[in-house]
Amino acid sequence: MGNLSIYPPRASAFAGQVDLLYTFLLVVSAIMIVLIFGCVFFFAVKYRRRPGGPPPRQHHGSVMLEIVWSTIPFLVMLVMFVWGTKLYFDSANPPANTLDLYVTGKQWMWKVEYPGGQREINEIHVPTGTPVKVTLASQDVIHSFFIPAFRVKHDVVPGHYEILWFQATKPGRYHLFCAEYCGADHSKMGGWVNVMSPADYEVWLSGGERGGSMVDQGAKLFSQYGCVTCHVLDAKGRCPSLRNVFGHPVQLDDGRTVMADEAYVRESILDPNAKIVKGYERNVMPVFQGQISEEGLLQLIVFVKSLSQPPEQPAPTKGAPAAAKGSPK
Amino acid sequence: MNITFEQPKIKESPNYLNIQYGWQSWLFTTDHKRIALLYLFSITAFFMIGGAFAVGMRLNLTSPHGLLFSPETYNKLFTMHGIIMIFFFLIPSIPAVLGNFLIPLMIGARDLAFPRINLLAGICIIGGVVAVAAVASGGVDTGWTFYAPFSTTYSNTHVIMTAVAVFVAGFSSILTGLNFIVTIHKMRAPGMTWFRLPLFVWSHYATSIIQVLGTPVVAITIVLLGLERLFHAGIFDPKLGGDPILFQHLFWFYSHPAVYIMILPGMGVISELITCFSHKAVFGYGFVAFSSVAIAILSFLVWGHHLFVSGQSMYAGMLFSLLSFMVAVPSAIKVFNWTATMYRGSISYDTPMLYAFGFIGLFTIGGLTGLFLATVAIDVLVTDTYFVLAHFHYTMVGGMVMAYLGGIHFWFPKITGRMYPEGWARFAALVVFVGFNLTFFPQFILGYLGMPRRYATYAPEFQSLNVLSSAGASILGVGYLIPMIYLAWAWNRGPRAPQNPWNAKGLEWEKSPSPPPTFNFDEMPVVTENAYNYGDESVHAAEARG
Repeated sequence: MGNLSIYPPRASAFAGQVDLLYTFLLVVSAIMIVLIFGCVFFFAVKYRRRPGGPPPRQHHGSVMLEIVWSTIPFLVMLVMFVWGTKLYFDSANPPANTLDLYVTGKQWMWKVEYPGGQREINEIHVPTGTPVKVTLASQDVIHSFFIPAFRVKHDVVPGHYEILWFQATKPGRYHLFCAEYCGADHSKMGGWVNVMSPADYEVWLSGGERGGSMVDQGAKLFSQYGCVTCHVLDAKGRCPSLRNVFGHPVQLDDGRTVMADEAYVRESILDPNAKIVKGYERNVMPVFQGQISEEGLLQLIVFVKSLSQPPEQPAPTKGAPAAAKGSPK
Repeated sequence: MNITFEQPKIKESPNYLNIQYGWQSWLFTTDHKRIALLYLFSITAFFMIGGAFAVGMRLNLTSPHGLLFSPETYNKLFTMHGIIMIFFFLIPSIPAVLGNFLIPLMIGARDLAFPRINLLAGICIIGGVVAVAAVASGGVDTGWTFYAPFSTTYSNTHVIMTAVAVFVAGFSSILTGLNFIVTIHKMRAPGMTWFRLPLFVWSHYATSIIQVLGTPVVAITIVLLGLERLFHAGIFDPKLGGDPILFQHLFWFYSHPAVYIMILPGMGVISELITCFSHKAVFGYGFVAFSSVAIAILSFLVWGHHLFVSGQSMYAGMLFSLLSFMVAVPSAIKVFNWTATMYRGSISYDTPMLYAFGFIGLFTIGGLTGLFLATVAIDVLVTDTYFVLAHFHYTMVGGMVMAYLGGIHFWFPKITGRMYPEGWARFAALVVFVGFNLTFFPQFILGYLGMPRRYATYAPEFQSLNVLSSAGASILGVGYLIPMIYLAWAWNRGPRAPQNPWNAKGLEWEKSPSPPPTFNFDEMPVVTENAYNYGDESVHAAEARG
């Protein structure tokens, strides 16, 4: 209350661009409303029925007018379409070298994990000036990850990984909402995004307890579930080695080639027989559906990702641990 | 000194209302007019139930912490509000009441093509009773959209019972659409060519196409949802190998066209009102007629705009965005043509025309805000927020309900043989308009500020706009109650209506008495002129008489 702005706070590079487009649409709408309401009001007064008034003049239409008032609005709409789609495409593709966050939605909280192993619930900390890529997973139903101040939103769909990215510009504390109805406490499934200057972020990262980086935790799970016995890393085992798999094409036994991305690794853990790598046996690996939590899956994926990164490459972003780099595309 | 004259008791001429009495003559009737009235009374009851849920929601939202209800109860309120208002009020509203009553009268037929199927369709609306039973036994909390896997796996409420209710009511819609299509093709009076049809009939023809082609898809979707919930079929739940996005595709493949079921008939009513109260032929008849058909076809190609943030590919997003802009063009054509119809007309401000003015205003705002939602980058921000809520209430309530009320007033003399009190009616129309804007306009602002929909509690900075909206809702509620009272009064006590009180064109006014006899026309009408053939002199003739 007290704040009469019709725009939410602008805290990302994207926010100003969306607001500009929104303002354009507001202006177009205002013009249309003035035009249409003005005509209706003017005609209603000017041509009101009165005793002895002139009889109505019958006009049955005009093809010319119809063409004009169909074409002009459509051209204006095309501007909206092109502008809106361009912004959408920009927002859909994260740049290289992002800081990666992993967010799991579950009834009714957001669990956030940083590559360095820090974990939070319903709080997110990000630095200004660095593109942040959020990988979204759901433990149960569909949620939607929504930060109005960044003008970003993406559904969090169980069984899918969804990606969203932003670049924060203004330090502050901003709302995080769940925007897809998810049950009893849907309206309480929210939290805060804390945008900090890079220096403050550095300090924040180094504080607090942690249980090892996501790669370490993934590695732990990798041996805990016995994956390591068959997926021998640097030799031929009963299952394919996972060295340099992530981000590379994989040949399947049915002749298809798929890209090894997050969704592929996830599926190969939960339902290994869905896609069998060429030269390997079916039904060797147990089905892990329902055995590993969404967070565990994310840790395993980060671990698998780390196996295909040349180790000598330096950490690209300030404050981001080495494993935080986006997969090179 | 009062002198009272005993009115001579004139025996009413036999009409569809007084020809038979007794509940069987109503419940088993095959007269399209009586069936229309059965719909009228049932959907009015559903409207009041659905409205009561809205009252509860708006009361709760006056406080950021939720004034009255637990989140569980609030979730049931909005779910039942949505389900009852959409499936048991809006979808049947104009087609099943006014369409049923008027289409045979407008095209010069004795009844619909399949009177007994019409009765069956009427009985299917009893699905609504099942829905109310689901409410009584504890309610349902999935939202009217039934998104999986929440609805299939996680909700502990009466999902199956509600699904059965919607499934059954779907047949009402399919059968009515089928009946209208056949009736319009085969039952037109001699001389009633396609391009002499009233635009009301064109818009119902377009609506019927959607009902027949779309509704089976939602019926199938509901069956799949039931299979998943009861037998864990593994269609939508990823834990069983399904995909929740599939549900959304199937659901919106029906439910987006369905929003046009909820507006096209209203557009048909508005065309009739504007031409009558301007005493002018509709400007661009052919464009208005074909824009209905264009909307019906395009409506099947835009469902993906509900999935812009669900993870469908961005190229699909682009395509659905473009198609969504295209469906706006025929709607715009209608608004422009209605406005042009008023140009140099002879405009009177009777209540139905006030509702038509209201419709143009509110539907224009609803349509323009639709462009915001078709623009993907903006939709990403405002989808699933109050912006969307405000948008579809402007079209569905500002559009369809305004048209419905306008139509009910316009044809009230024909349906009941009585006139309603004009002063009260104009007053109520004004109250509805003011209350509506006060309720829903603040929600556009709330939405862009980021308040998500379906929130039982909310951030404190959203409170002032929410209180404003709730205040508007109380005005709107009064605005809806007033017509219910005076229309009920007028039905029994209102002054007798002449055959054609508005001096309107159309077979129902010119050839059939008020109220019509059971078989509508005493002799088969023969049509010799185009619709809305308001000559330049018709107003003068009317004034000379009146």
